[in-house]
Amino acid sequence: MADLTESTAREVTFRGGGFQPGHRRGVGLAVFVVLILLAEWGTRSGFISPLTLPRPSDVLLTFQELYQSRMLFKHLVPSVTRLAIGALIGASLGVGIGVLIGLFSLVRAGLVPLVAAIFPIPKIALLPLFVIWFGIDEASKYALIAFGTFTPTVVATYAAVDNVDRVLIRMGQSFGLGWWSIVSKIVVPGAMPGILSGLRISLTIAIILLVAAEMLGAEYGIGAYILQAGSLYDLERLFAGVVILSLLGVAVSAAVAAVERRVLNWRV
Amino acid sequence: MDLKLSSVSHYYGETQVLRDITLDIPSGQIVCIVGPSGCGKSTLLRMLGGLERPTTGRVLQLGDAPENCLNPLTYIFQDFALLPWRTVRGNVGLVLEDHGLSKAERAAIIDDVLARTKLTDFADALPKQLSGGMKQRVAIARALAVNPAVMLMDEPLSALDSQTRELLMDDLVALWTRQPFTAVYVTHNLAEAVRLGHKIVVLSRRPGELREVVSLDMPLAERRHGDPVLEAQQQHLWSLMRDEAAAADAELING
Repeated sequence: MADLTESTAREVTFRGGGFQPGHRRGVGLAVFVVLILLAEWGTRSGFISPLTLPRPSDVLLTFQELYQSRMLFKHLVPSVTRLAIGALIGASLGVGIGVLIGLFSLVRAGLVPLVAAIFPIPKIALLPLFVIWFGIDEASKYALIAFGTFTPTVVATYAAVDNVDRVLIRMGQSFGLGWWSIVSKIVVPGAMPGILSGLRISLTIAIILLVAAEMLGAEYGIGAYILQAGSLYDLERLFAGVVILSLLGVAVSAAVAAVERRVLNWRV
Repeated sequence: MDLKLSSVSHYYGETQVLRDITLDIPSGQIVCIVGPSGCGKSTLLRMLGGLERPTTGRVLQLGDAPENCLNPLTYIFQDFALLPWRTVRGNVGLVLEDHGLSKAERAAIIDDVLARTKLTDFADALPKQLSGGMKQRVAIARALAVNPAVMLMDEPLSALDSQTRELLMDDLVALWTRQPFTAVYVTHNLAEAVRLGHKIVVLSRRPGELREVVSLDMPLAERRHGDPVLEAQQQHLWSLMRDEAAAADAELING
C-alpha cells in the first residue's frame, strides 16, 4: 500500500466543463460593432477600395437621407404588408395541413410525396407562372411568399405532431375526451415547440422571397429599392437596403422568441 | 359495478401473450396482478379499460356504473401522463371539460380532489415544478375527479424512488379507507402487492396463464412495512414466481 498522506494528495482533475450553452449578453452586438469598425477603418485608410465595399458611415448617411425624405416608410410599409400577408397565408395553411398529415394516414400517404416534390423547387423560378395565375399585382407576390413559407412549415408541423407523446394521447382517450379535445388540448400544444422552430426557418425564407417577388413589377418595396440600387451600382443604397432586410430578419427572430417564451413557458 | 374476464386469450401476431384467463374483479376491492416481465399484465389492463380487444374471450361489465360517475374505467399511468403545459388544476380540469359541467361544478370537484390528495397548495404549479411523487398524486387526483367505478393502475409507483413509494402507498391506503374504491393494480413489486391487494393474481410467464389467486384478509389500514404475515405471503408469491421470472429473463425478446 502506498503512503497515503496529505503530501501525496492531488486534486482530482476537473473535466466536466463546457457543453452548457448559457446566456452571454451583448456579445452578438459586439461582433457587429467590431466588423463595422473594421470596415470603416479599412475604407478610410484605403486598405479596402471604395469599389469593393462602401464606407459604413456613408451607408448610414444614405439611410438617414432615406428616412428624412420619408422614402423609408414608402418602401418599408408595402414590404412588411406583403411579408405579413404572404407569411400568414403560407404558415397557417402549412400548420393546418401539417396537423392533418400528422393525424390521418390517408392524408399522409397522399400529401407527403407531393410536399417532397415541391419542396426543392426554387419558388423564384415559378414567379412567371404566379404572374399568369394571379396577375402582376400584389396577389402574385402574396402567393410566392405563401408558397415558399408553406412547405417548410408543413414538414416541421407534421414532424412535430409525430413527436407528441403517445402516452398523453392514450391518456386523453382513456378519460373519454372527444376527438376535437384531444387534437386541440393535447396534440397541437404538444407540437407547438416543433411548429415554432419551423416558423423561424420559414419566416426567414419568406424574407428572401419577399425580395425576389419585389424584383418583378413593384414600384415600392425594399426589394425594388435594392434592385434599383444594384442596377446603378450604387453600393451605399444597396447596403442600406440589405441592412433593412437584416434588421427585418432580426425582428422576426425576436418576435418568434417572444412568442416561444410566452407559449412554451412550461418547457423544462 | 364488477368486472369479469371470461376465458380471455390474446395474440400479438403469432405470439400468444395471454392464455385462457378467467377472473372476477369484485367492487370495493383492490386486485393486484403480478407476474414476470412480458407476461401480459399490462395488456390485460388495457383490455379491462377498453383500449385493446382480446383475440378470444370476453371482457364483461356486471351491473351499471354509479350515476355520478363520469368515466367508469379510469387509468393511472406509470409515467403520470400529465400535460406539461397545464397547471395541476388545469390537468385535473382537463378530464372534466367534455362532460357538460358548469364552471362552478368543475371548480368544486377540482377543489375537492386536490384537498383529498393534499395538493391544494400546489394548484397553480406546472408539472415541471413537481417531484415524481407529487406528479403521481396529481394523476391520482385526476383519476378521482371523474369518480371512477374501477381504477386501472399500471405500475403507478414504479417510476418513483422507494421512500416516495412508501408515502404514496400510505396515501392510497388512506384514500381507500375513507372511501373504498375498486382497483386493478398491475405491478412487478411484490411488496406493493401484499400491502395493497385484497386479492393477488399471479400470472405465469408468456403466454400468461393464471397460476394462483391469493386472498389477503388483513385490513389494508393494519398492514405495515415488514409485517411478518405479509412477509410470509411475499415469500410465498416469490417462490411461485422465481423460476418463471428467471426463465422469462433469459428469453430473447420476440424470440
